[in-house]
Amino acid sequence: MVELWHAFIKALELIASLDSEVMEITRRSLAISVTSCSITSLICVPLGSLIHFNRFPGKSVLINVIQTFYSFPTVVVGLFVFVLLSRTGPLGELGLLFTPVAIVVGQVLLIMPIMIGLTISALSGIDGSVVETAMSLGASRTQASILALKEARFAVLTAVIMCFGRAISEVGLSIMVGGNIKGFTRTLTTAISLESSKGDIELSLALGVILLTLALMVNLLIGWLQRR
Amino acid sequence: MLEARGLGKDYQGRQVLQCIDLQICEGDVLCLIGPRGAGKTTLLRLLDLLEKPSGGELYFNGVNVTFSERLRLQVRRRMSFVLQKPIVFSGSVRDNIAYGLKWRGEASKLVRKKTEYILELVGIADYADREAKTLSGGEMQLVALARALVTEPEVLFLDEPTANLDPVSGAKIEAILARLIESRKMTIVMATHDMAQGQRLANRIGVLMSGRLLQIGSPVEIFCLPASKEIAEFVGVENILSGSVTEKNGGLATISVGEVTFEVVTSCNVGDLVWAIIRPEDITFARVKELSSARNVFQGKITRMATVGALVRVEVDCGFTLLGVLTKKSADDMGIEPGVDVYASFKASAVHIIKR
Repeated sequence: MVELWHAFIKALELIASLDSEVMEITRRSLAISVTSCSITSLICVPLGSLIHFNRFPGKSVLINVIQTFYSFPTVVVGLFVFVLLSRTGPLGELGLLFTPVAIVVGQVLLIMPIMIGLTISALSGIDGSVVETAMSLGASRTQASILALKEARFAVLTAVIMCFGRAISEVGLSIMVGGNIKGFTRTLTTAISLESSKGDIELSLALGVILLTLALMVNLLIGWLQRR
Repeated sequence: MLEARGLGKDYQGRQVLQCIDLQICEGDVLCLIGPRGAGKTTLLRLLDLLEKPSGGELYFNGVNVTFSERLRLQVRRRMSFVLQKPIVFSGSVRDNIAYGLKWRGEASKLVRKKTEYILELVGIADYADREAKTLSGGEMQLVALARALVTEPEVLFLDEPTANLDPVSGAKIEAILARLIESRKMTIVMATHDMAQGQRLANRIGVLMSGRLLQIGSPVEIFCLPASKEIAEFVGVENILSGSVTEKNGGLATISVGEVTFEVVTSCNVGDLVWAIIRPEDITFARVKELSSARNVFQGKITRMATVGALVRVEVDCGFTLLGVLTKKSADDMGIEPGVDVYASFKASAVHIIKR
């Protein structure tokens, strides 16, 4: 226990002194997760509203499938991307395996179902007559959908936070397709995993504290946005 | 301007509307009346092009707008619809009103100008900056109306605009509508179950019952010359007597209702089974038999009386039951009370005959 306490103090020192390695890993982690979260939002929020606002056969089955994928194991997504990008795989030519891009691809695939699913539930949460009212006032279908998303913005924002949280905290995928290469694909989670098995508890703890702080900051930011 | 030909709508195999033929001309104020579930809202939704009909066609200024999505949006943008349940979007009252204009791609300067104008017109400028979601039901309905009017619609659709409101807010909405009809000759189609409101505002009334448009005409026609017993009952005619034509002499006919007979003006022939409809307001009462031009005079006993505001409704048993109304004052002057004998009279022309 005392050991852990010492490690914690050491970790805070590492953060306070803006240790270059710690900072570098943090920056990379943030960059990767923000990128995948942005890409996913751009694709999945419109896709989710498209699914919500259209009636088609098999819609409820599709939504069930999407919701099942919420809890897709990260290592399974990792395996899929690994096979896809490995030299002999269909996209092996691109040479993307063990690069940050590979991690982004994996994270996008991982959080896509959550973003689509939560967008759909966000839209189901608003009064159905919002769209009707908009159309009765001359909105096109697209304009009405945009208004509906605007009305559901808090719930949609929550979806984005959830997805960011899942992206920045996953480890299995980043190790499998990123490879935890120092200075290139090492992220907060992969570093923690490696350093603690190497016995460097201080660095691991420091990175863990940063990870939690990041989560807190994102939440504060969203809270501030919602109050505006 | 707007014409429906054989319009019909099914919901999961249930026919909500069938064979609606309807023409709405510029300056028309058409009130759709009918019981709950008659299809009033559905008809409005079809006419406003919010929904596609399952059958029939819809023409706007002679152009068929039943099918093409592009045309439908174009035409929908020339009309406005105030739904029954007012929904406001998040943002201020002013933001809410501006939506319709923004969706039509109007320049922001024009949007501001038109918004301010309509805020004044509807009388909600005082709370233009308030968050719309914090408004009361009556205020929301005013915002909904302003939001629909700001785009200067060629046809305004209203679904029970005052149904969920307190009397004061309802009267406010009605006053605004009356002003628009008066000053702008606005074309309005509204659904209402408040028949008095229909009479006050409309120049045409359509009676919708179980998905069919049974009668359309001026308020006087609908209320005094209903085309069927169902309509008569719905518009509040209380004296509906079943009888048959026994004699005919020119336009004048004798009808027997049970034991009694009376004279009416009708085109029906001898032997026809008919409904005789007499509005309570057309029956006059007296304590002594007096000479009058009324051809039908019956002696009877007052069986029941009820005071409604300044009026008294009386039920007279004169072989059949007749319902009439008197002012409270004349009832008192005549000493009319339950158990008293009176003479009830009505003119032959006051009886409206519907063939069964």
